[in-house]
Amino acid sequence: MFTRFFYHIGRYFIMLKRVLAMPEKWSVYKKEFFHEIDNLGMTSLPIIAIISLFMGAVITIQAAFGFNSPWVPLYAVGYTTRDSVILEFSPTIISLILAGKVGSNIASEIGTMRITEQIDALEIMGVNSRSFLILPKIAACVLINPFLVIISMFLGIFGGWALGMFAGVITTYQYVYGVQYQFNSFNITYALTKTVVFAFIIASVSAYHGYYTSGGALEVGRSSTRAVVYCSILILVFNFILTQLLLS
Amino acid sequence: MIELKNINKSFNGRHITQNFSCSFEQGKTNLIIGESGSGKTVLLKCIVGLTEVDSGEVLFNGRDFLKMGSREKQNLRKEIGMLFQGGALFDSKTVEENIIFPLAMFTTMTEKEQKDRAEFCLSRVNLKDAGNLYPSELSGGMKKRVAIARAIAPNPHYLFCDEPNSGLDPKTSILIDKLIKEITEEFQMTTIVITHDMNSVMEIGEKVIFICNNQKWWEGTNKTILNTDNKELQDFIYVSKFLLELKNKAEK
Repeated sequence: MFTRFFYHIGRYFIMLKRVLAMPEKWSVYKKEFFHEIDNLGMTSLPIIAIISLFMGAVITIQAAFGFNSPWVPLYAVGYTTRDSVILEFSPTIISLILAGKVGSNIASEIGTMRITEQIDALEIMGVNSRSFLILPKIAACVLINPFLVIISMFLGIFGGWALGMFAGVITTYQYVYGVQYQFNSFNITYALTKTVVFAFIIASVSAYHGYYTSGGALEVGRSSTRAVVYCSILILVFNFILTQLLLS
Repeated sequence: MIELKNINKSFNGRHITQNFSCSFEQGKTNLIIGESGSGKTVLLKCIVGLTEVDSGEVLFNGRDFLKMGSREKQNLRKEIGMLFQGGALFDSKTVEENIIFPLAMFTTMTEKEQKDRAEFCLSRVNLKDAGNLYPSELSGGMKKRVAIARAIAPNPHYLFCDEPNSGLDPKTSILIDKLIKEITEEFQMTTIVITHDMNSVMEIGEKVIFICNNQKWWEGTNKTILNTDNKELQDFIYVSKFLLELKNKAEK
Protein backbone atom coordinates (compact mmCIF):
# COMPACT_ATOMS: atom_id res chain seq x y z
CA MET A 1 0.00 0.00 0.00
CA PHE A 2 2.80 2.42 0.93
CA THR A 3 4.66 1.47 -2.26
CA ARG A 4 1.61 2.40 -4.34
CA PHE A 5 1.19 5.63 -2.39
CA PHE A 6 4.77 6.72 -3.10
CA TYR A 7 4.46 5.48 -6.70
CA HIS A 8 1.53 7.85 -7.27
CA ILE A 9 3.21 10.73 -5.45
CA GLY A 10 6.33 10.27 -7.58
CA ARG A 11 4.39 10.01 -10.81
CA TYR A 12 2.34 13.09 -9.87
CA PHE A 13 5.48 15.20 -9.40
CA ILE A 14 7.08 13.84 -12.58
CA MET A 15 3.88 14.85 -14.38
CA LEU A 16 4.05 18.33 -12.82
CA LYS A 17 7.65 18.71 -14.00
CA ARG A 18 6.54 18.06 -17.59
CA VAL A 19 3.47 20.27 -17.15
CA LEU A 20 5.64 23.21 -16.15
CA ALA A 21 7.99 22.80 -19.14
CA MET A 22 8.31 25.67 -21.60
CA PRO A 23 5.27 25.71 -23.94
CA GLU A 24 5.95 25.03 -27.63
CA LYS A 25 3.98 28.10 -28.69
CA TRP A 26 2.57 30.65 -26.27
CA SER A 27 -0.17 31.85 -28.62
CA VAL A 28 -1.76 28.37 -28.81
CA TYR A 29 -1.54 27.97 -25.04
CA LYS A 30 -3.06 31.43 -24.52
CA LYS A 31 -6.05 30.43 -26.64
CA GLU A 32 -6.47 27.24 -24.61
CA PHE A 33 -6.16 29.23 -21.37
CA PHE A 34 -9.04 31.55 -22.27
CA HIS A 35 -11.08 28.58 -23.42
CA GLU A 36 -10.53 26.94 -20.01
CA ILE A 37 -11.44 30.15 -18.16
CA ASP A 38 -14.80 29.96 -19.89
CA ASN A 39 -15.15 26.19 -19.62
CA LEU A 40 -14.07 25.76 -15.98
CA GLY A 41 -14.79 29.17 -14.50
CA MET A 42 -17.70 30.91 -16.11
CA THR A 43 -19.85 27.80 -16.36
CA SER A 44 -19.45 27.28 -12.59
CA LEU A 45 -20.87 30.71 -11.82
CA PRO A 46 -24.61 29.81 -11.72
CA ILE A 47 -24.22 26.89 -9.30
CA ILE A 48 -21.91 28.94 -7.07
CA ALA A 49 -24.36 31.85 -7.06
CA ILE A 50 -27.32 29.66 -6.07
CA ILE A 51 -25.43 27.77 -3.35
CA SER A 52 -23.88 30.94 -1.91
CA LEU A 53 -27.19 32.80 -1.71
CA PHE A 54 -28.93 30.00 0.13
CA MET A 55 -26.01 29.06 2.37
CA GLY A 56 -25.66 32.71 3.45
CA ALA A 57 -29.37 32.76 4.22
CA VAL A 58 -29.23 29.53 6.20
CA ILE A 59 -26.21 30.70 8.21
CA THR A 60 -28.09 33.92 9.08
CA ILE A 61 -31.24 32.12 10.18
CA GLN A 62 -29.27 29.52 12.17
CA ALA A 63 -27.23 32.26 13.85
CA ALA A 64 -30.38 34.23 14.70
CA PHE A 65 -31.91 31.07 16.12
CA GLY A 66 -28.78 30.27 18.16
CA PHE A 67 -28.34 33.83 19.50
CA ASN A 68 -31.86 34.02 20.78
CA SER A 69 -30.74 35.55 24.06
CA PRO A 70 -30.95 39.09 25.54
CA TRP A 71 -27.20 38.89 26.30
CA VAL A 72 -26.17 38.56 22.67
CA PRO A 73 -26.73 41.62 20.46
CA LEU A 74 -28.60 40.95 17.23
CA TYR A 75 -25.80 42.43 15.10
CA ALA A 76 -23.78 39.31 16.06
CA VAL A 77 -25.86 37.55 13.38
CA GLY A 78 -24.30 39.69 10.64
CA TYR A 79 -20.89 39.32 12.24
CA THR A 80 -21.21 35.52 12.36
CA THR A 81 -22.53 35.27 8.82
CA ARG A 82 -19.65 37.39 7.52
CA ASP A 83 -16.94 35.39 9.27
CA SER A 84 -18.50 32.01 8.46
CA VAL A 85 -18.82 32.92 4.80
CA ILE A 86 -15.38 34.53 4.43
CA LEU A 87 -13.34 32.14 6.55
CA GLU A 88 -14.83 28.80 5.71
CA PHE A 89 -17.88 28.61 3.50
CA SER A 90 -16.66 30.45 0.40
CA PRO A 91 -13.05 29.24 0.20
CA THR A 92 -13.53 25.66 1.44
CA ILE A 93 -17.08 24.56 0.72
CA ILE A 94 -17.13 26.26 -2.68
CA SER A 95 -13.78 24.59 -3.47
CA LEU A 96 -15.28 21.24 -2.48
CA ILE A 97 -18.18 21.91 -4.81
CA LEU A 98 -15.76 22.91 -7.57
CA ALA A 99 -13.79 19.72 -6.91
CA GLY A 100 -16.97 17.86 -7.80
CA LYS A 101 -17.89 19.91 -10.83
CA VAL A 102 -14.56 21.02 -12.28
CA GLY A 103 -12.54 18.03 -11.02
CA SER A 104 -14.78 15.44 -12.60
CA ASN A 105 -14.96 17.54 -15.78
CA ILE A 106 -11.15 17.68 -16.08
CA ALA A 107 -10.62 13.99 -15.23
CA SER A 108 -13.27 12.74 -17.62
CA GLU A 109 -12.20 15.07 -20.45
CA ILE A 110 -8.52 14.07 -20.26
CA GLY A 111 -9.43 10.43 -19.54
CA THR A 112 -11.60 10.27 -22.66
CA MET A 113 -8.80 11.83 -24.68
CA ARG A 114 -6.50 9.11 -23.34
CA ILE A 115 -8.72 6.15 -24.23
CA THR A 116 -9.60 7.55 -27.66
CA GLU A 117 -5.87 7.97 -28.45
CA GLN A 118 -6.14 11.77 -28.73
CA ILE A 119 -3.26 12.11 -26.27
CA ASP A 120 -1.19 9.69 -28.36
CA ALA A 121 -2.03 11.83 -31.40
CA LEU A 122 -0.69 14.91 -29.59
CA GLU A 123 2.52 13.08 -28.63
CA ILE A 124 3.01 11.87 -32.20
CA MET A 125 2.73 15.45 -33.44
CA GLY A 126 5.58 16.33 -31.08
CA VAL A 127 3.38 18.20 -28.59
CA ASN A 128 4.16 17.95 -24.87
CA SER A 129 0.69 16.58 -24.12
CA ARG A 130 0.96 17.01 -20.35
CA SER A 131 1.81 20.65 -20.63
CA PHE A 132 -0.67 21.39 -23.43
CA LEU A 133 -3.61 19.71 -21.71
CA ILE A 134 -2.92 20.46 -18.06
CA LEU A 135 -1.09 23.80 -17.81
CA PRO A 136 -3.96 25.94 -19.21
CA LYS A 137 -6.38 24.18 -16.84
CA ILE A 138 -4.21 24.79 -13.77
CA ALA A 139 -3.58 28.42 -14.78
CA ALA A 140 -7.29 29.00 -15.45
CA CYS A 141 -8.39 27.47 -12.13
CA VAL A 142 -5.75 29.31 -10.11
CA LEU A 143 -6.75 32.59 -11.71
CA ILE A 144 -10.53 32.27 -11.87
CA ASN A 145 -11.32 30.45 -8.61
CA PRO A 146 -10.40 33.42 -6.36
CA PHE A 147 -12.84 35.55 -8.39
CA LEU A 148 -15.53 32.89 -8.00
CA VAL A 149 -14.88 32.81 -4.26
CA ILE A 150 -15.05 36.61 -3.98
CA ILE A 151 -18.38 36.54 -5.82
CA SER A 152 -19.49 33.75 -3.49
CA MET A 153 -18.56 35.88 -0.45
CA PHE A 154 -20.62 38.82 -1.69
CA LEU A 155 -23.58 36.63 -2.58
CA GLY A 156 -23.39 34.69 0.69
CA ILE A 157 -23.45 37.85 2.76
CA PHE A 158 -26.11 39.38 0.49
CA GLY A 159 -28.22 36.20 0.71
CA GLY A 160 -27.96 36.33 4.51
CA TRP A 161 -29.25 39.88 4.52
CA ALA A 162 -31.99 39.37 1.90
CA LEU A 163 -33.45 36.18 3.30
CA GLY A 164 -32.83 37.27 6.91
CA MET A 165 -34.93 40.34 6.18
CA PHE A 166 -37.53 38.26 4.37
CA ALA A 167 -37.74 35.83 7.28
CA GLY A 168 -37.95 38.75 9.70
CA VAL A 169 -35.05 37.62 11.88
CA ILE A 170 -32.93 40.78 11.53
CA THR A 171 -33.08 44.41 10.40
CA THR A 172 -30.88 45.92 7.71
CA TYR A 173 -29.18 48.23 10.21
CA GLN A 174 -28.29 45.41 12.62
CA TYR A 175 -27.08 43.15 9.84
CA VAL A 176 -24.90 45.78 8.13
CA TYR A 177 -23.51 46.88 11.50
CA GLY A 178 -22.61 43.26 12.28
CA VAL A 179 -21.01 42.73 8.88
CA GLN A 180 -18.81 45.82 9.40
CA TYR A 181 -18.06 45.12 13.06
CA GLN A 182 -14.35 44.42 13.79
CA PHE A 183 -13.61 43.52 10.19
CA ASN A 184 -10.14 42.03 9.77
CA SER A 185 -8.88 42.30 6.18
CA PHE A 186 -6.38 39.50 6.77
CA ASN A 187 -9.33 37.11 6.68
CA ILE A 188 -9.68 37.87 2.98
CA THR A 189 -5.97 37.19 2.41
CA TYR A 190 -6.33 33.92 4.31
CA ALA A 191 -9.41 32.90 2.31
CA LEU A 192 -7.86 33.72 -1.05
CA THR A 193 -4.59 31.96 -0.19
CA LYS A 194 -6.57 28.84 0.61
CA THR A 195 -8.56 29.21 -2.60
CA VAL A 196 -5.43 29.40 -4.76
CA VAL A 197 -3.97 26.26 -3.14
CA PHE A 198 -7.28 24.42 -3.49
CA ALA A 199 -7.58 25.50 -7.14
CA PHE A 200 -4.15 24.07 -7.86
CA ILE A 201 -5.11 20.81 -6.13
CA ILE A 202 -8.41 20.54 -8.02
CA ALA A 203 -6.85 21.07 -11.45
CA SER A 204 -3.63 19.10 -11.02
CA VAL A 205 -4.96 16.08 -9.09
CA SER A 206 -7.94 15.69 -11.42
CA ALA A 207 -5.70 16.03 -14.46
CA TYR A 208 -3.37 13.39 -12.99
CA HIS A 209 -6.22 10.90 -12.63
CA GLY A 210 -7.48 11.66 -16.13
CA TYR A 211 -4.08 11.54 -17.79
CA TYR A 212 -3.19 8.11 -16.42
CA THR A 213 -6.54 6.51 -17.25
CA SER A 214 -6.20 3.17 -18.99
CA GLY A 215 -8.89 0.90 -20.34
CA GLY A 216 -12.32 1.96 -21.52
CA ALA A 217 -15.32 4.09 -20.67
CA LEU A 218 -15.73 2.38 -17.30
CA GLU A 219 -12.22 3.45 -16.32
CA VAL A 220 -12.95 7.04 -17.30
CA GLY A 221 -15.86 7.01 -14.86
CA ARG A 222 -13.65 5.51 -12.16
CA SER A 223 -10.91 8.09 -12.77
CA SER A 224 -13.47 10.84 -12.51
CA THR A 225 -14.78 9.50 -9.19
CA ARG A 226 -11.24 8.99 -7.84
CA ALA A 227 -10.34 12.55 -8.86
CA VAL A 228 -13.28 14.02 -6.89
CA VAL A 229 -12.58 11.85 -3.83
CA TYR A 230 -8.84 12.63 -3.71
CA CYS A 231 -9.37 16.32 -4.39
CA SER A 232 -11.93 16.55 -1.58
CA ILE A 233 -9.66 14.76 0.90
CA LEU A 234 -6.66 16.88 -0.07
CA ILE A 235 -8.70 20.08 0.22
CA LEU A 236 -9.73 19.15 3.76
CA VAL A 237 -6.17 18.20 4.74
CA PHE A 238 -4.69 21.39 3.28
CA ASN A 239 -7.49 23.42 4.84
CA PHE A 240 -6.28 22.22 8.22
CA ILE A 241 -2.59 22.78 7.39
CA LEU A 242 -3.12 26.28 5.97
CA THR A 243 -5.37 27.30 8.84
CA GLN A 244 -2.71 26.19 11.28
CA LEU A 245 -0.03 28.06 9.37
CA LEU A 246 -1.94 31.28 8.73
CA LEU A 247 -4.18 31.73 11.77
CA SER A 248 -2.30 30.12 14.65
CA MET B 1 13.56 4.94 -44.98
CA ILE B 2 12.87 3.23 -41.67
CA GLU B 3 14.90 0.28 -40.43
CA LEU B 4 14.09 -1.94 -37.49
CA LYS B 5 16.86 -4.08 -35.99
CA ASN B 6 16.18 -6.89 -33.52
CA ILE B 7 13.17 -5.28 -31.86
CA ASN B 8 12.06 -7.08 -28.72
CA LYS B 9 9.06 -6.20 -26.64
CA SER B 10 7.33 -8.10 -23.87
CA PHE B 11 4.61 -7.31 -21.35
CA ASN B 12 4.89 -9.00 -17.94
CA GLY B 13 7.18 -11.68 -19.37
CA ARG B 14 4.90 -12.37 -22.35
CA HIS B 15 6.74 -11.81 -25.62
CA ILE B 16 4.86 -9.60 -28.06
CA THR B 17 7.64 -9.04 -30.57
CA GLN B 18 10.81 -11.10 -30.85
CA ASN B 19 13.94 -10.15 -32.82
CA PHE B 20 11.94 -8.21 -35.38
CA SER B 21 14.12 -6.79 -38.15
CA CYS B 22 13.09 -5.26 -41.46
CA SER B 23 13.25 -2.08 -43.51
CA PHE B 24 10.53 0.12 -44.98
CA GLU B 25 11.25 2.04 -48.14
CA GLN B 26 10.47 5.63 -49.01
CA GLY B 27 7.68 6.32 -51.51
CA LYS B 28 6.15 2.89 -51.00
CA THR B 29 3.22 1.64 -48.97
CA ASN B 30 4.63 -0.94 -46.58
CA LEU B 31 2.04 -3.22 -45.00
CA ILE B 32 2.32 -5.20 -41.80
CA ILE B 33 -0.31 -7.91 -41.62
CA GLY B 34 -1.19 -10.56 -39.11
CA GLU B 35 -4.00 -11.92 -37.00
CA SER B 36 -5.63 -9.83 -34.26
CA GLY B 37 -3.44 -9.90 -31.18
CA SER B 38 -0.30 -10.76 -33.12
CA GLY B 39 1.40 -7.55 -31.94
CA LYS B 40 1.08 -5.35 -35.03
CA THR B 41 -0.17 -2.27 -33.19
CA VAL B 42 2.40 -2.75 -30.40
CA LEU B 43 5.13 -2.90 -33.05
CA LEU B 44 3.84 0.31 -34.63
CA LYS B 45 3.71 2.02 -31.23
CA CYS B 46 7.28 0.84 -30.60
CA ILE B 47 8.40 2.41 -33.89
CA VAL B 48 6.90 5.81 -33.05
CA GLY B 49 7.96 5.64 -29.41
CA LEU B 50 4.51 5.46 -27.80
CA THR B 51 5.58 2.14 -26.28
CA GLU B 52 9.14 1.59 -25.06
CA VAL B 53 10.97 -1.35 -26.60
CA ASP B 54 12.99 -3.76 -24.46
CA SER B 55 15.88 -3.85 -26.93
CA GLY B 56 16.68 -3.15 -30.57
CA GLU B 57 17.14 -0.19 -32.90
CA VAL B 58 14.65 1.97 -34.78
CA LEU B 59 16.40 4.00 -37.46
CA PHE B 60 14.70 6.90 -39.23
CA ASN B 61 17.00 7.61 -42.20
CA GLY B 62 19.90 6.34 -40.11
CA ARG B 63 18.95 8.26 -36.93
CA ASP B 64 18.40 5.92 -34.00
CA PHE B 65 15.12 7.02 -32.45
CA LEU B 66 15.65 5.06 -29.24
CA LYS B 67 18.95 6.78 -28.47
CA MET B 68 17.53 10.29 -28.90
CA GLY B 69 16.83 12.67 -26.04
CA SER B 70 13.27 13.81 -25.42
CA ARG B 71 13.81 17.10 -27.29
CA GLU B 72 15.27 15.29 -30.33
CA LYS B 73 12.39 12.81 -30.26
CA GLN B 74 9.92 15.67 -30.15
CA ASN B 75 11.61 17.25 -33.18
CA LEU B 76 11.60 13.97 -35.12
CA ARG B 77 7.93 13.50 -34.35
CA LYS B 78 7.20 16.70 -36.22
CA GLU B 79 8.19 14.70 -39.32
CA ILE B 80 5.67 11.97 -38.49
CA GLY B 81 2.01 11.77 -39.40
CA MET B 82 -0.14 9.08 -37.88
CA LEU B 83 -3.59 7.78 -38.58
CA PHE B 84 -5.06 6.04 -35.52
CA GLN B 85 -7.62 3.24 -35.56
CA GLY B 86 -10.43 5.47 -34.30
CA GLY B 87 -9.17 8.62 -36.03
CA ALA B 88 -8.18 10.27 -32.70
CA LEU B 89 -9.60 13.60 -33.84
CA PHE B 90 -9.88 16.28 -31.16
CA ASP B 91 -13.58 16.29 -30.18
CA SER B 92 -13.62 19.90 -29.04
CA LYS B 93 -12.26 21.23 -32.34
CA THR B 94 -13.88 21.45 -35.76
CA VAL B 95 -12.46 19.54 -38.70
CA GLU B 96 -10.62 22.63 -39.91
CA GLU B 97 -9.24 23.37 -36.44
CA ASN B 98 -8.07 19.76 -36.17
CA ILE B 99 -6.05 20.14 -39.37
CA ILE B 100 -4.77 23.58 -38.49
CA PHE B 101 -3.64 22.47 -35.01
CA PRO B 102 -0.20 21.02 -35.90
CA LEU B 103 0.42 23.95 -38.25
CA ALA B 104 -0.45 26.52 -35.57
CA MET B 105 1.71 24.68 -33.07
CA PHE B 106 4.88 24.18 -35.06
CA THR B 107 5.00 26.43 -38.10
CA THR B 108 5.37 30.14 -38.63
CA MET B 109 2.52 30.17 -41.15
CA THR B 110 0.06 33.05 -40.98
CA GLU B 111 -3.58 32.27 -40.19
CA LYS B 112 -4.46 32.69 -43.86
CA GLU B 113 -1.73 30.26 -44.94
CA GLN B 114 -2.89 27.75 -42.31
CA LYS B 115 -6.47 27.98 -43.57
CA ASP B 116 -5.34 27.57 -47.16
CA ARG B 117 -3.28 24.50 -46.25
CA ALA B 118 -6.23 23.00 -44.34
CA GLU B 119 -8.47 23.62 -47.33
CA PHE B 120 -5.95 21.98 -49.65
CA CYS B 121 -5.63 18.92 -47.38
CA LEU B 122 -9.40 18.62 -47.10
CA SER B 123 -9.82 18.83 -50.84
CA ARG B 124 -7.09 16.20 -51.19
CA VAL B 125 -9.25 13.77 -49.19
CA ASN B 126 -12.46 14.89 -50.94
CA LEU B 127 -13.96 16.64 -47.92
CA LYS B 128 -13.90 20.23 -49.07
CA ASP B 129 -17.16 21.23 -47.36
CA ALA B 130 -16.60 19.51 -44.03
CA GLY B 131 -14.34 22.15 -42.47
CA ASN B 132 -16.93 23.51 -40.04
CA LEU B 133 -18.22 20.16 -38.83
CA TYR B 134 -17.27 18.58 -35.50
CA PRO B 135 -15.90 15.00 -35.38
CA SER B 136 -19.14 13.80 -33.77
CA GLU B 137 -20.99 14.87 -36.93
CA LEU B 138 -18.81 12.74 -39.23
CA SER B 139 -19.21 9.15 -40.40
CA GLY B 140 -16.46 6.57 -39.79
CA GLY B 141 -15.03 6.96 -43.29
CA MET B 142 -15.07 10.76 -43.07
CA LYS B 143 -13.26 10.63 -39.73
CA LYS B 144 -10.52 8.52 -41.26
CA ARG B 145 -10.19 10.90 -44.18
CA VAL B 146 -10.01 13.93 -41.86
CA ALA B 147 -7.36 12.08 -39.83
CA ILE B 148 -5.38 11.55 -43.05
CA ALA B 149 -5.77 15.24 -43.90
CA ARG B 150 -4.49 16.18 -40.43
CA ALA B 151 -1.61 13.73 -40.72
CA ILE B 152 -0.41 15.11 -44.07
CA ALA B 153 -0.98 18.80 -43.23
CA PRO B 154 2.55 19.44 -41.89
CA ASN B 155 4.16 17.61 -44.85
CA PRO B 156 5.47 14.63 -42.88
CA HIS B 157 8.28 12.37 -44.10
CA TYR B 158 6.80 9.32 -42.42
CA LEU B 159 3.17 8.20 -42.32
CA PHE B 160 1.88 5.49 -40.00
CA CYS B 161 -1.61 4.05 -40.35
CA ASP B 162 -3.07 1.75 -37.72
CA GLU B 163 -5.82 -0.29 -39.36
CA PRO B 164 -7.06 2.57 -41.54
CA ASN B 165 -10.07 0.65 -42.82
CA SER B 166 -11.28 -1.12 -39.71
CA GLY B 167 -15.03 -0.70 -39.33
CA LEU B 168 -15.49 0.61 -42.86
CA ASP B 169 -17.47 -0.91 -45.72
CA PRO B 170 -15.39 -2.48 -48.55
CA LYS B 171 -15.98 0.42 -50.93
CA THR B 172 -14.88 3.10 -48.46
CA SER B 173 -11.97 0.87 -47.40
CA ILE B 174 -10.62 0.76 -50.92
CA LEU B 175 -11.10 4.53 -51.22
CA ILE B 176 -9.00 5.07 -48.09
CA ASP B 177 -6.37 2.57 -49.29
CA LYS B 178 -6.06 4.29 -52.65
CA LEU B 179 -5.80 7.66 -50.92
CA ILE B 180 -2.95 6.43 -48.72
CA LYS B 181 -1.11 5.04 -51.75
CA GLU B 182 -1.61 8.23 -53.76
CA ILE B 183 -0.36 10.58 -51.05
CA THR B 184 2.58 8.28 -50.31
CA GLU B 185 3.72 8.54 -53.90
CA GLU B 186 2.81 12.23 -54.21
CA PHE B 187 4.70 13.36 -51.09
CA GLN B 188 7.37 10.60 -51.26
CA MET B 189 6.71 9.51 -47.69
CA THR B 190 7.74 6.31 -45.97
CA THR B 191 4.37 4.78 -45.16
CA ILE B 192 3.68 1.87 -42.85
CA VAL B 193 0.15 0.48 -42.73
CA ILE B 194 -1.05 -2.03 -40.16
CA THR B 195 -3.95 -4.13 -41.41
CA HIS B 196 -5.53 -7.55 -41.50
CA ASP B 197 -7.66 -6.75 -44.50
CA MET B 198 -6.65 -8.79 -47.56
CA ASN B 199 -8.35 -6.30 -49.88
CA SER B 200 -5.87 -3.68 -48.69
CA VAL B 201 -2.99 -6.08 -49.16
CA MET B 202 -3.95 -6.76 -52.76
CA GLU B 203 -4.73 -3.11 -53.47
CA ILE B 204 -1.71 -1.26 -52.04
CA GLY B 205 0.74 -3.83 -50.65
CA GLU B 206 3.96 -2.85 -52.40
CA LYS B 207 5.79 -4.48 -49.55
CA VAL B 208 4.04 -6.89 -47.20
CA ILE B 209 5.32 -8.30 -43.92
CA PHE B 210 3.39 -11.07 -42.21
CA ILE B 211 3.70 -11.39 -38.43
CA CYS B 212 3.03 -14.72 -36.80
CA ASN B 213 4.06 -16.18 -33.43
CA ASN B 214 5.44 -12.75 -32.45
CA GLN B 215 8.00 -12.84 -35.29
CA LYS B 216 8.41 -11.76 -38.85
CA TRP B 217 7.11 -14.85 -40.63
CA TRP B 218 7.08 -13.82 -44.26
CA GLU B 219 8.07 -10.85 -46.43
CA GLY B 220 7.01 -10.15 -50.01
CA THR B 221 4.65 -8.09 -52.15
CA ASN B 222 0.99 -8.20 -53.17
CA LYS B 223 2.13 -9.91 -56.35
CA THR B 224 3.82 -12.82 -54.57
CA ILE B 225 1.57 -13.28 -51.55
CA LEU B 226 -1.09 -15.43 -53.22
CA ASN B 227 1.49 -17.94 -54.45
CA THR B 228 3.16 -18.42 -51.11
CA ASP B 229 3.78 -21.92 -49.80
CA ASN B 230 4.07 -20.64 -46.24
CA LYS B 231 1.41 -22.60 -44.36
CA GLU B 232 0.61 -20.00 -41.67
CA LEU B 233 0.28 -17.26 -44.26
CA GLN B 234 -1.94 -19.49 -46.43
CA ASP B 235 -4.14 -20.11 -43.37
CA PHE B 236 -4.36 -16.37 -42.85
CA ILE B 237 -5.16 -15.54 -46.48
CA TYR B 238 -7.53 -18.38 -47.29
CA VAL B 239 -9.48 -18.31 -44.08
CA SER B 240 -12.80 -17.85 -45.91
CA LYS B 241 -14.42 -20.67 -47.88
CA PHE B 242 -15.00 -18.28 -50.75
CA LEU B 243 -11.33 -17.47 -51.23
CA LEU B 244 -10.35 -21.10 -50.80
CA GLU B 245 -12.79 -22.15 -53.52
CA LEU B 246 -11.44 -19.41 -55.80
CA LYS B 247 -7.92 -20.65 -55.18
CA ASN B 248 -8.88 -24.27 -55.87
CA LYS B 249 -10.64 -23.23 -59.07
CA ALA B 250 -7.58 -21.28 -60.18
CA GLU B 251 -5.31 -24.24 -59.48
CA LYS B 252 -7.53 -26.56 -61.55
